[in-house]
Amino acid sequence: MDTTVINNFKSEEYQINMGPQHPATHGVLRLLLTIDGEIIKRVEPDLGYIHRSIEKMCERDSYQQIVHLTDRMDYLSSHINNEAVCLTVENALQLEIPERVKVIRTIIAELTRIASHTLWWGVMGMDVGALTTYFYGFRDRELINDIFEETCGARLTMNYNIPGGLMFDIHPNFVKRTKEFIDHFKTKLPEYDLLLSNNIIFRKRMEGIGILSKDDAISFGASGPVGRASGYSCDVRKHHSYSAYDRVTFNEILKTEGDTYARYQVRILEMWESLSIIEQLIDNIPEGEFFTKTNTVIKLPEGEYYQKVETARGELGVYIVSTGTKNPYRMKFRSPGFSNLSLLNHIAVGGKIGDLVATMATLDLVIPDIDR
Amino acid sequence: MSYFSDIYNGVKTLLTGMSVTGKYFLHSRKGAITQQYPDNRATLQMFERFRGEVVMPHDENNEHRCTGCQKCELACPNGSIEIIWDRQIDPETGKKKKMIDQHIYHLGMCTMCSLCIEACPTDAIKWAQNFENSVYDRTYLTRVLNKPGSKLMPGVED
Repeated sequence: MDTTVINNFKSEEYQINMGPQHPATHGVLRLLLTIDGEIIKRVEPDLGYIHRSIEKMCERDSYQQIVHLTDRMDYLSSHINNEAVCLTVENALQLEIPERVKVIRTIIAELTRIASHTLWWGVMGMDVGALTTYFYGFRDRELINDIFEETCGARLTMNYNIPGGLMFDIHPNFVKRTKEFIDHFKTKLPEYDLLLSNNIIFRKRMEGIGILSKDDAISFGASGPVGRASGYSCDVRKHHSYSAYDRVTFNEILKTEGDTYARYQVRILEMWESLSIIEQLIDNIPEGEFFTKTNTVIKLPEGEYYQKVETARGELGVYIVSTGTKNPYRMKFRSPGFSNLSLLNHIAVGGKIGDLVATMATLDLVIPDIDR
Repeated sequence: MSYFSDIYNGVKTLLTGMSVTGKYFLHSRKGAITQQYPDNRATLQMFERFRGEVVMPHDENNEHRCTGCQKCELACPNGSIEIIWDRQIDPETGKKKKMIDQHIYHLGMCTMCSLCIEACPTDAIKWAQNFENSVYDRTYLTRVLNKPGSKLMPGVED
């Protein structure tokens, strides 16, 4: 009699769904959790809820039309995605791009990175229970969105790049507004530290969970702040410089702890580096043309082309196979979110469900980027 | 002992954070970026490059600049623009000339990529800054851009 009672209370694993409509997954990501009590035994991501077949649609479109589809992949770094496609096409055509275009592209890319990181900071704070950060993050991002709206015409899906340069020149107010933003943001970034980074409760919550070693970061293909927090030097801007990154000096932020707090710190410090990059470039935008004239119908020479850039989330690779027609034969995006999600099972196992939310927040996943 | 120092540090850093929030609580008007949207409709000005919807400007004689070259239709990635055209006799020269009958724009399909406006050789279409596009029926989102009875402006060639 006694033994059956003990057997009835024996713990056993069971499965629950986290998502696809869970607020902490920031989109339609479904995680199939195998848990024992509150300890996670296995995390199985289930993708495909917002798959729009962007890669297949690219095979239908001309090279100018492809650019606006990449806005919809990682919408928080849409300008950098556009830049990646444009750079690939320009390299394939061996076009000479004006210096003005390179500098403007770099400035807007760094503004995009700051906008993405401020949004991440706000949302991550909300995930671990600090609601105020959400409003402060969005407040500072709003000013960048105004700059984009004035110059590019849109706030999120800008489509400002075309193969060969930019769609139109920068707005006369662009330089003034960007300088105002730098001055404003330099007073706000220390507040981020006061409010959240130095808070003991927050640090005790974040330190020591979700640890990713350097070897694992390399073998899982982690990139961006996730890889750099584990000591893996993987900044594409530094190692395979493109646009105007070779003419500025900036540090690659590296941490060795590899836990959630290290990933948090890397992003905060990256915002300072982005500010310094913009400061170095904003006063000396070269005069000249803002585009190189291309044919109305762009036909890439037969062959395979690859270009990688550093988005706010990590390394984005664009791979084009061309057969000499006006459409690509095959288009493939290597998105940072997909490889960063793949290591979630590795770092979350053995932790609690609450830690999984904090870990996922610092991976900074954008679901349309994973699904494409 | 570390138990009490943890409590002390927790309260201390919490008060540091609250000094930041308290500052904004007391000076809530300073640096506010929120807009009182439906109330400020009369004064709300969008940026001149803002992409609201595609429009075709007409002058006072009900004339537009669209020659019906269909470059915008070709440039559009998702088929938002449809041009129904016809060859009509030009009253000036007496020859047959391509003229638009209807320039149809599906706002519901448009992704605001601005490729049509870049492609237009005669600047016939441009962005309007109107953003209040909500309607009760989606058929209202299909618009004919050229006004009824409108003609091509004389002297516009592509």
